[in-house]
Amino acid sequence: MTRPPPQIRRRLTIVDYVCFGLVAAIIAYAVYRVSDVLVYNWNWSRVFNFVIYYDEDTARYVPNLLLKGIATTLRLAFWATIIAATLGLVMGYMRTSKNLAMRMISRCYVELVRNIPPVVFIFIFYFFLSGQLMPLIGLDDIDKNGALVSSGVFYTLFGDPRLFSNFVAGALCLALFEGAYITEIVRAGIQSIPKGQWEAARAVGLSPLAVLRDIIFPQAVRKILPPLAGQFITLIKDSAIVSLISIQELTFLATEVASTTTKVFETWIIVGAMYFILCYFFAALFSHLEKRALQARR
Amino acid sequence: MSDISAKSPTLGPDTLISFDGVSKWFDQFQALKDINLMVKQGERVVVCGPSGSGKSTMIRCVNQLENHQQGTIHVCGREVYGNMKQLEQVRREVGMVFQSFNLFPHLSILQNVTLGPIRNIKLSRAEASDIAMHYLDRVQIADQAGKFPSQLSGGQQQRVAIARALAMKPRVMLFDEPTSALDPEMINEVLDVMTELADDGMTMMVVTHEMGFAREVADRVVFMDEGRVEENCGKDAFFAGGRGQRAEAFLSKILQH
Repeated sequence: MTRPPPQIRRRLTIVDYVCFGLVAAIIAYAVYRVSDVLVYNWNWSRVFNFVIYYDEDTARYVPNLLLKGIATTLRLAFWATIIAATLGLVMGYMRTSKNLAMRMISRCYVELVRNIPPVVFIFIFYFFLSGQLMPLIGLDDIDKNGALVSSGVFYTLFGDPRLFSNFVAGALCLALFEGAYITEIVRAGIQSIPKGQWEAARAVGLSPLAVLRDIIFPQAVRKILPPLAGQFITLIKDSAIVSLISIQELTFLATEVASTTTKVFETWIIVGAMYFILCYFFAALFSHLEKRALQARR
Repeated sequence: MSDISAKSPTLGPDTLISFDGVSKWFDQFQALKDINLMVKQGERVVVCGPSGSGKSTMIRCVNQLENHQQGTIHVCGREVYGNMKQLEQVRREVGMVFQSFNLFPHLSILQNVTLGPIRNIKLSRAEASDIAMHYLDRVQIADQAGKFPSQLSGGQQQRVAIARALAMKPRVMLFDEPTSALDPEMINEVLDVMTELADDGMTMMVVTHEMGFAREVADRVVFMDEGRVEENCGKDAFFAGGRGQRAEAFLSKILQH
């Protein structure tokens, strides 16, 4: 057995150090400007209290507004992804359908969403949703103290029952919006399956439904899982826009915290960090899972 | 549907496939021009011709992977057309083997073979497995049943594809250039399986450039050019020289090497 020659380890070169130095200098200058020129009274602990605070009565740390906000953001992203994926699967299939009406409906949906700014889309949809749909399905009148609603499971899944219809509206808005992007992911996934797979499936006598269920979707889903995971992370970030329709997620609560404390910089830096940690965590998790899945397939 | 022969004088009781005046267009391009052809029970028909002559299109019309726009095609006494239920019936009678194997990569070899019987004939998983193992054994690949298609060689994959088609117990087998995508050393293992199948009396329609196979196995050779059936004669007549100019030119080209 011959061994491969030893690899030369990559080292940082002078150019790298120069680059690091430049970045450090820029940051140092910014810090100097902020502390020296901008006369601003930094007070981090004031805002930190809105992330988590120490309750003297119970002698325990209690999550405060911002942590509750990020929990709502997560719940929103979770439900919106599920609804959007379902919608995307159906619409994505319709995009590839032979039927003209189906193609037109799904195409209209995708183009409408993609060519209207998200904020505008969400305003329009929200007015319809809160004005028409919510009263129709009676979500506003649910019994806040009913056994089903006041359980811990309900709280974990949907948050505060008093804000339930508010939460549903936000999740639906996001889902409808992100569904268009998932539609395109699903369409690409279906179209990436070679024509021969359809033909072989038909040739062994599968019905059109069985062709999709047994042959096309299982293969397409495997291909679209990575972009779908990416879309989930995008959705976490996009969820900030539903703060504009008063959904009480992280960004909405952050504006409240910023105005009560008047500590605008601290609030938004902390909130930015919270979003970053959440999104980076999921990105790392998904890429880890993806690597594992790749290895398992070998 | 009971008495088809009355409707169409060309259909005898032992005719499995018949083309009557079949034409097909891809946009403006006419791929098939007034095809009239019959395949009887137990017959082995080899279809050859230059590329683009419509031979693949023709056999793909039999199970309607392509649909024709003019004329009629009958398979096992049923006219084939767009109705899904009827098509599933026809596809139960017609097995097909593709140039690029087209095994389902996310399913094991065994699952590839059992899927059709389970979904179309509604067999139980156990029954379907028995049948599948029987045919996998017949193409000498039963020991690989638990593997996935990507773990097999091209020749092995094509043999699985043959077993997959046979598991539906079809009355006719269609082969669309089954050896064209194979490395030379794997061509024979596939041709051997096909020859065995022919010896067992399976009705076969084979698009191929393997003239050795045609000479050995075929009853009849159909030569196509520019969407038309140019020759349709017994194997002996075809190879003895009873063929037209175009067929002559084609044969001399592919037999040179």
